[in-house]
Amino acid sequence: MKTQGKTKEDRRYNESGIEIKPLYTAQDVAASQVDESDGVGEPGAFPFTRGIHREMYRKRPWTMRQYTGFGNAEDTNERFKYLIRTGNTGLNVAFDLPTQCGFDSDDDMSKGEVGRVGMAIDTLKDIETAFDGIDIQNITVSMTVNGTAAILIAMYLVMAEKRGFDPGRLRGTCQNDILKEFVGRGTWIYPVVPSVRLVADTIEYCAKNMPLYSPVSVCGYHIRESGATPTEEMAHGFCIAKAYLDEGLKRGLDIDEFASRMSFNFNIFGQFFEQICKFRAGRRLWAKILKEQYGAKNPRSMWLRMIAGGGGSGLTIEQPENNIVRGAYYALISALSGAQTIALCCYDEAYTIPSEKAQRLSLRTMQILIEEMGLTDTVDPLAGSYYVETLTNEMEEEIVRIMSDVDERGGIVKLISEGQIQSHVSKGAYEHQRQLENGEFRKVGVNCYRVEEDQPSVEMHTYKVEDADRQIERLKRIKTERDNAVVENALSRLGEVASGTENMMPAIIEAVKSYATVGEISQVLKSVFGKYSEPTIF
Amino acid sequence: MMSTPRKDKIRILLAKPGLDGHDVGAKVVARALIDAGFDVRYTGLRQRPEDIVIAARDFDADVIALSVLSGSHIPICTRLKVLIDEYQLSDRLWIAGGNIPAEDHDCLREIGVDAVFNTSSSLTDIVAAIEEKILENAR
Repeated sequence: MKTQGKTKEDRRYNESGIEIKPLYTAQDVAASQVDESDGVGEPGAFPFTRGIHREMYRKRPWTMRQYTGFGNAEDTNERFKYLIRTGNTGLNVAFDLPTQCGFDSDDDMSKGEVGRVGMAIDTLKDIETAFDGIDIQNITVSMTVNGTAAILIAMYLVMAEKRGFDPGRLRGTCQNDILKEFVGRGTWIYPVVPSVRLVADTIEYCAKNMPLYSPVSVCGYHIRESGATPTEEMAHGFCIAKAYLDEGLKRGLDIDEFASRMSFNFNIFGQFFEQICKFRAGRRLWAKILKEQYGAKNPRSMWLRMIAGGGGSGLTIEQPENNIVRGAYYALISALSGAQTIALCCYDEAYTIPSEKAQRLSLRTMQILIEEMGLTDTVDPLAGSYYVETLTNEMEEEIVRIMSDVDERGGIVKLISEGQIQSHVSKGAYEHQRQLENGEFRKVGVNCYRVEEDQPSVEMHTYKVEDADRQIERLKRIKTERDNAVVENALSRLGEVASGTENMMPAIIEAVKSYATVGEISQVLKSVFGKYSEPTIF
Repeated sequence: MMSTPRKDKIRILLAKPGLDGHDVGAKVVARALIDAGFDVRYTGLRQRPEDIVIAARDFDADVIALSVLSGSHIPICTRLKVLIDEYQLSDRLWIAGGNIPAEDHDCLREIGVDAVFNTSSSLTDIVAAIEEKILENAR
């Protein structure tokens, strides 16, 4: 048995397939230790099982960074300001699908999609509007974008420079993890190899010019959402992160020059202790990988800095109020896991993008943990628990096993290119769905404790077609106002650079400055790199 | 009385229209339909309405199935309806599933979608509905 549930003999397993015993003792902790040197250790010290900082939340609670963005830049700017007023300490920007897939708002492919699942961005002008009046020095901005990440990083940089910020001091994060997009989420544009080159270009450019900016946030998250187990999530995420590190090294960077800016994004739905131990195990393993396999010397390079959040796949369309309760437990999981940032899913997510009310409720859930529950008073309060330490060890061992298996089968880039990882993960999703339907995997309100429900009692976010029309008008206006000769020069220069081996970021930045659009820049790169076509296996 | 059509002859084109990258559900449903004995072709992501009708025609699909989770099901189906008529595929069973709010189901049926499923629909129900509708069409 490899998935969560119990057998007739009452043997119980977590989702990662690890058997859970009825009782744990000190012997289990000792017997499960992966490396003798590990022990429980101290927070802020290698191998960081208990947290990357000595004082953790006592010094500063986790950043609360709710995911938001819809309509056009003006609408989103208003929502950003609302979120900051209600106590968000960071922003987590959602872009619409055309922006993420490299199409302009007036493209035929964009019909019906403009501003629907995030904010529409066509040019630098939109980014300027989106962040107008926002203190981006103290409110750090995380951008959830991948296929067009290099363009959006360039826009963010140019916007900040125009406002007088020194790129050397500019903080923020871009998701920019294209390899996982081929496994789940699906906002790829170019084939795998040039896609990875673009990521490497951003890593190299940021290491040299924007050293405090995190150009990549490696996402186990979406691999988990696509059907992977918690240990697969972490193992595949780490394999992908190593692929990016290897690219950085190939560019001649020293590991300590850029590894510390690599951040991570992991999921929090699932079993309580399994999730917490996943994070503790991952933190320790990542530190060991950096120290032992990459020879990192700076402890910061060994830190697993992470956003642990979301959890949408754990939510249900049935009895949506139950999602409020699930969200509260998910937040507690993150808080007990030593996450640097939490973005908590909203109870209406199974229906639509979250309403203001749902966003506020998720934020309040975290604030209650901080202000009322004492979750920030002491570091890693579960350390030393026989169960938690044993399961941490066992999760680490399983993550290592999966990573070795990927390496033996040819490495993550090859397996993703062939569709092997995708196929494995989608089999997992199918198996999970079957277990939900036959009741082996219990889900409250779905396959047990059901009630007859009418219409859901959730207040829905509504999509406004007028916002898309306004965006298209704005794009038309910019195209007439800008100096089109400068745009053409910048785009043709980018085409030349893309055909060679030089870093593309300076040329992308010049194109952005000329108010070239996301679609125009992407089209130049498509003409050089071609388009990705999905493997036929699924 | 008509004989029951053999399932291995029933061809289902499962398509992901638009830019939506959420394909977990589509792949799960595709696997379930294959296990139930249907002949399934999955288009992969990012299909334009034109791509879908051409694929449906070339595959001679008995069923055109769409999976949409981005919320753009109404504009997509509206565009698709015109092409389905143009390509003379309106006799084929047309189904849609995904993140489709209950209040939009009637609107999709009016456009011409024969059956609508949401994210909580079970695989068993989807398979059963297709079998039943195909039988209805055969009568």
